[in-house]
Order: sequence, then structure tokens, then C-alpha cells
Amino acid sequence: MNFLNSLIGGISLGSIYAIIALGYTMVYGIAKMLNFAHGDVIMVGGYVCYLAMFNLGLPAIPAILIAMAVCTVLGIVIEGLAYRPLRQASSLAVLITAIGVSYFLQNAALLIWGSNPKVFTSVINIPAKSLFDGQLVIKGESFVTVSVCIIIMIGLTLFTRYTRAGKAMRAVAEDKGAAQLMGINVNFTISLTFAIGSGLAAIAGVLYCSAYPILTPTLGSIPGIKSFIAAVLGGIGSIPGAMLGGILLGVIEILSRAYISMELSDAIVFGVLIIVLLVKPTGLLGKKIREKV
Amino acid sequence: MALLKVSDIHVSYGSIRAIKGISFEVNEGEIVTLIGANGAGKSTTLNTVSGLLRPTEGTIEFDGKVINNLPAHKLIPLGIVLCPEGRRVFSHMTVEENLDMGGYTKSKQENKDSLEMVYEYFPRLKERRSQSAGTLSGGEQQMLAMGRALMSRPRLMMLDEPSMGLAPILVDQIFDIIKTLHKNGSTILLVEQNASAALKIADRAYVLETGHITKSGTGQELAQSDDIRKAYLGG
Repeated sequence: MNFLNSLIGGISLGSIYAIIALGYTMVYGIAKMLNFAHGDVIMVGGYVCYLAMFNLGLPAIPAILIAMAVCTVLGIVIEGLAYRPLRQASSLAVLITAIGVSYFLQNAALLIWGSNPKVFTSVINIPAKSLFDGQLVIKGESFVTVSVCIIIMIGLTLFTRYTRAGKAMRAVAEDKGAAQLMGINVNFTISLTFAIGSGLAAIAGVLYCSAYPILTPTLGSIPGIKSFIAAVLGGIGSIPGAMLGGILLGVIEILSRAYISMELSDAIVFGVLIIVLLVKPTGLLGKKIREKV
Repeated sequence: MALLKVSDIHVSYGSIRAIKGISFEVNEGEIVTLIGANGAGKSTTLNTVSGLLRPTEGTIEFDGKVINNLPAHKLIPLGIVLCPEGRRVFSHMTVEENLDMGGYTKSKQENKDSLEMVYEYFPRLKERRSQSAGTLSGGEQQMLAMGRALMSRPRLMMLDEPSMGLAPILVDQIFDIIKTLHKNGSTILLVEQNASAALKIADRAYVLETGHITKSGTGQELAQSDDIRKAYLGG
């Protein structure tokens, strides 16, 4: 039963990683860049939701919607101001800029909200469910997190497969020049991708803060980096890969915390990344690029 | 009036000047071909007309409207389409999704009709419509690239090296289709290394050499000109 409890905890944490990893993987797929500021958008989502609930006294759902709106706009602004001017620049320049944006967001948060941690209250008030005479406990947070993750996954899959904008996204991801020749506005499509990724980051932020209810300006960096690992593990650029990678990583982290060592769990997570990169550099579901002349 | 009028354009890649002042015209209903050796600037010219590159000097007019400051994606609704060198189909998408992308700026109903038309030109694509484009042979990918370009119902279709890397029998097929398109009223600007095949079907032709146009005339005139035969047609 202990094992099952840990497994459920792992899937729940992994679902949060998966939602964040989706943002990394979509942006990478389309703009071929690693948006290291993505983790900090989660932090902004957490803070905005907190302020909306505790300063404006709003109920949870509108507060989450406001957080999503703020993060969506933030994503579009970051892309437009910081990354768009560098579209033709080397990937190293873009990477450094992304790190710069990350520090900018952290320090802006420090300036605005201060360094004192704020205590978040979970937005989820579904009671925990006990099974087998209380031996197996499923927390309300776990239930909601996993459900939200599944809904997002299905929604995104349908969106990229069947809608015009979603198909345009896949076209831009594969060949920007050819996509332009179809009449697709590449800049708009990239903005849209950042908007979706950042909106999802807000949801992930709220869920993460519900599970680990301490708000600090740097709270996004660790889940951010782990979700990046999840995206690479699953195969960066692949949406189902981000999902699989996220959940696997969450499960590995929680199980190693429970059975191996509390202190070493992060080391094990990062070790997994190294092993995957050695054995299968494209990630579990990553596609090999083939070209025909 | 010419449908496409290119006047004295210059194009550079950084400090390298690829096109040094060329002018040409394409009239409604014509097949015009640009021939020339590797590096003469043929593809650069097409990429510039399609808006992927910007000329540093000169103007490009389409149907009387200056278009050289419009981004590529705004030219499709005007009716200019480029079928790029190397085909560049979306290999992770299915054949039908590729064609759908070709009609990105059109309505669903228009795309339905266009799809019928494309499948008439290329029955092979219909057979393979739910296959991913990356699994097609080179010839089929070329057909897909041309079909995808036709989906936007272009007034001017530009083809960049449609015969590149294809077996001779497929080259004939592709040229037959270009002829059929022409017969059905399409205006075509064709860039080819296979100069003899291109001159055979072209109404007019221009010869490009290191960024300049050195000769022009009807397809027949150029095919019979001694210089051209020596340089491009193998004696």
C-alpha cells in the first residue's frame, strides 16, 4: 500500500511536470529554442493567483483564470520583446537571452512581492479519499492534478491535429520557410505557441503551489528545470513525449524519495537524464529526422 | 500589361551580391523559364519574388501593385505561390494535411473543390492521402509539392527545379503536368537546370549568368542559339 501511495503521489507530481514540460516542448518544437524563463512564468502564475484570492478576495476559479490571462500576456510580451528580435541570431544568443529573462522575472518578483515567503492555500478543496480502511489515501490535489493534466493532453492533441491554427503550428515547427509559402504568418504562430505554453504554465503554477504551498520568487526554477528534463526525456518537440517524460520523472522522484534516499532523489532525477541522453539522445518518443533528396 | 514585372532588382546575402540588377516580365498565361548554371541566381530570384528574400534595390510588381515590401505570407492571397527547391513537403504530416496547408488562406469549401482538382492532376496523391509525406518517393513528393502549391489557386505559379533528382520518366511526367497546367490557363515561372526540357515547353526564356540576365528570347530561339547549346544543352 505504501508503494501505491507513493506511486499516486508520483503520478500527481509528474502531471505538474508534464504540464510545464508541454510549454518547453511546444516552444522548442516551433521556435527551436529553450525558453528557460518558462519556469519563472509558473512562479508569476502562482503569485497572481495568490493575490487574486487573498488581496481581491476572489474565489479560486476566477483567480486561476486571471493568473492564466496574465501569464498568457506575459508569454506573448516576452516572445515579442526578447526573442523575436533574435530570430536570425545564433541559438547561443537566444539561450543567453532566455536565461536573462529568467533572472529578470525572478528579480522583478523580488522587487514587487518581496523576499518573504507567502503561504499559499490550496485552491482545491475536494476531501481526500481513503480506501482499504485508510491504507490508501488519494488526496484531492492528486485527483484534480491528474484530471487536469489528462484534459490538457487530450485538448492539445485535438488542437494540433484538427484545427487550422494547430496544423499551422506543426507546419511552422517543421519548416518555417515552407510554412510562409503556404500563407502562414510565422510570427503570429510563434506568439500563439508562447501564449498557450504560458497559459498552461499558470495552471501548473497554481497546482504546484497547491501541493507545495510556499511562494518565493525563485519557486519556479526547480520545477522548471525538472520539467525541462522531462521534456528531453520524452523527446523534446513531442507533445505525448512531454506527458510521458513528466509522469515518469515524477514517479521516479517520489519513489526514490520513498525507497532510496530523501537527499539523493534530485540526483537520481538528473542521473536519469544523463542515462537517457547517452542511450537514446532523441528521448523516448523523439523523432529521428529523415530527409529525402 | 505584364502580370509580373521585375525591374532592376539587386539581392545580397550579407556582403555577397547574388543578383546584380535583373529585369524580366511574365505575362498572363505564359510559361517563362529562367535557365542558368549553379549559382547564377535562379533560386534567389524566385525566393525574392516570393517574399522570402528582400531586394536591396529595384521593384517587383504583381498585377500593377508593388509587392517587394510585403512578407511572404501576404503574397499567397494575392495569387503568387512558390513551389520551392527541394520540394520541402511537411514530412511528418499526411498527404492530405499537406494539401490542406496549401489552402491555408482559403475557405473550407474552396479547399474541397481544389482538392478534387489536385487529385485529378495527381491521382497518385489520392491513393496516398493518409500516408505521411515523408514516406513518399521523390517523384511523389514533387507531385505533392506542386499539388500543395495549386491548392492556393495561384494566378502565378513559380516552380523551382521541379525535375531535380528525379528519374527521366518522372521528369517527363512532371513536365507533362506543367504543360497541362499551362493549357488550362495557368501562368508559370519555371527555374530549371534541365535547360533543354525547360526551353521545349517555355513561351519565353531568360538566361541568367552570375547575377545578370545575358540573353532572352522565345524558348525556340534560345534552344537553337549556338551559345546556349554549347553552354547548357551539351553542344
